[in-house]
Amino acid sequence: MTDVYVDLLYVLSAVLFVLSLKFMSDVRTSRAGNFCGVAGMIVAIAATLLAYQTQNVELLVGAVIIGAVIGSPIGLKVAMTAVPQRTAMSHAFGSLAVALVGAAEYYRSAPAIDAFTLSVLSGEMVLGFLTFTGSTIAFAKLQGLISGKPLLYRGRMYVSMGTLAVAVAASVYLVANPAQSAALLVLAGAALVFGFLLVIAIGGADMPTVIAILNSFAGISAAALGFVLDNRLLIVAGTLDGSSGLILGIIMSRAMNRSFTNILFGGVGAATTSTAGAANKTAQVYTAEDVATILRDARSVIIAPGYGMAVAQAQHAVKELADALQARGIDVKYAIHPVAGRMPGHMNVLLAEAQVPYDQLWEMDRINPIFPGTDVSIVVGANDVTNPAARTRADSPLYGMPILDVDKARTVVFIKRSLGPGFSGVDNDLFYLPNTMMVLGDAKKVLTDLLAAMRNLRD
Amino acid sequence: MTAISSSDLVTNLLIFLLASVLGQELIRHVSRLLHTPLMALTNAISSVSFIAALIVLAEPGPETVSLLAAVAVALAATNIVSGFLLTDRILRMFRRRKEEK
Repeated sequence: MTDVYVDLLYVLSAVLFVLSLKFMSDVRTSRAGNFCGVAGMIVAIAATLLAYQTQNVELLVGAVIIGAVIGSPIGLKVAMTAVPQRTAMSHAFGSLAVALVGAAEYYRSAPAIDAFTLSVLSGEMVLGFLTFTGSTIAFAKLQGLISGKPLLYRGRMYVSMGTLAVAVAASVYLVANPAQSAALLVLAGAALVFGFLLVIAIGGADMPTVIAILNSFAGISAAALGFVLDNRLLIVAGTLDGSSGLILGIIMSRAMNRSFTNILFGGVGAATTSTAGAANKTAQVYTAEDVATILRDARSVIIAPGYGMAVAQAQHAVKELADALQARGIDVKYAIHPVAGRMPGHMNVLLAEAQVPYDQLWEMDRINPIFPGTDVSIVVGANDVTNPAARTRADSPLYGMPILDVDKARTVVFIKRSLGPGFSGVDNDLFYLPNTMMVLGDAKKVLTDLLAAMRNLRD
Repeated sequence: MTAISSSDLVTNLLIFLLASVLGQELIRHVSRLLHTPLMALTNAISSVSFIAALIVLAEPGPETVSLLAAVAVALAATNIVSGFLLTDRILRMFRRRKEEK
């Protein structure tokens, strides 16, 4: 097969990848989008196999079989609550693949590599290796294998930046002395250590943004590999992936009113802020029966779910409550904060799995104007994203963070295990508002009791 | 393949820039409901680095090169298979409200 045909097939593949993302703009076309992605991948691989006859057929087939054997169960079986950690793992795999191909390309061509190509190659390997260890740590934190608390110590910035400087210095040395393959090992080692140091110092609550940033790194390193190998399809695919990670990261950091620098280097989440001032305020605690009475007279209800709902496995109970309310002609909507869940868009997936229709899922900007005319808002497993202190108290660590305006509904029902503070360690002013009804207990149990109480009221 | 001519480089830079702009536009218009499956999808797509490993594997070179490339093939294949399967599994869960309502 001639090169022209291969290039044309690569163009076709790139078009299919672009269409794939285009179709993700609407839920109704999204599955077609995924099929376009699959088709683009098949075209790309077929074209490559036709153009380059592999010397090592056994090695290739063996590697593909290993990949399929590991990949299929992950794709088919992973729980929706565990998708964030599988995403972190996929970034680790993808970036390591790219870094290893970069290293292979070096060992194949060195020292006959021009300075520009070698510098891109070095940068690509640094990014690839640091994303690999960084994503592996993110995986371990999300999976609960290691503590979600940031590991902070005096002078950590110097240690981290020093490690990065070693990686950069090794890259520069390698570009100047392409035959010195030992520099490649130093580069790889330092980049691996830097990725570890970077993410180990970031708190578990910031993992949604970190995943998105690492996504971006993985994509950019793939695009850089495309430059090294002069493979334009890889440039396009890597850049699309990099753009996606970048934009999702921006959305997440804005939703927390934080900068990338603050998230990556701020070490936020270690402090356990005192809840001073909470002592002289009293929250009004109610029972499920009290809430059932309020709901009987409601005409509109908004449910604000957080990751605590998924921890309590209460998605289906929430859905049952929503169904029961709708059966009485009550309008039900769900308010989704951008950082609800543990990765971008995670809450939508958790609710979709519980068969909540997606047209009931309202994003923050659209639903906030609706709260003032709503009878009851029900907060389940969310906390910081509903704290009015983010609007009103300039001294609060949450100040400036966009929140769900649940407090503007006529009555707020707040279901919570205890009166303790949220992820950020900040006390929630919402607990003490006159229109807030606190219901303490496990979310699933409270919701089940609430459903039972509603049935009793009707009889 | 080791020496890239300057015109190739300029073309590649141009492709990179255009892909960035296009990527920003495409991603901005992705439904907010679908950011999780989007991540699975773009991850699978960028694992087209599979073909880079294939190309390296195809050309004669020392044992180290083949081994590194083979590991990369296995990693990229894992992402491709799990990424597309997971994306479809998530997307199938999104349903509209039944019409009777």
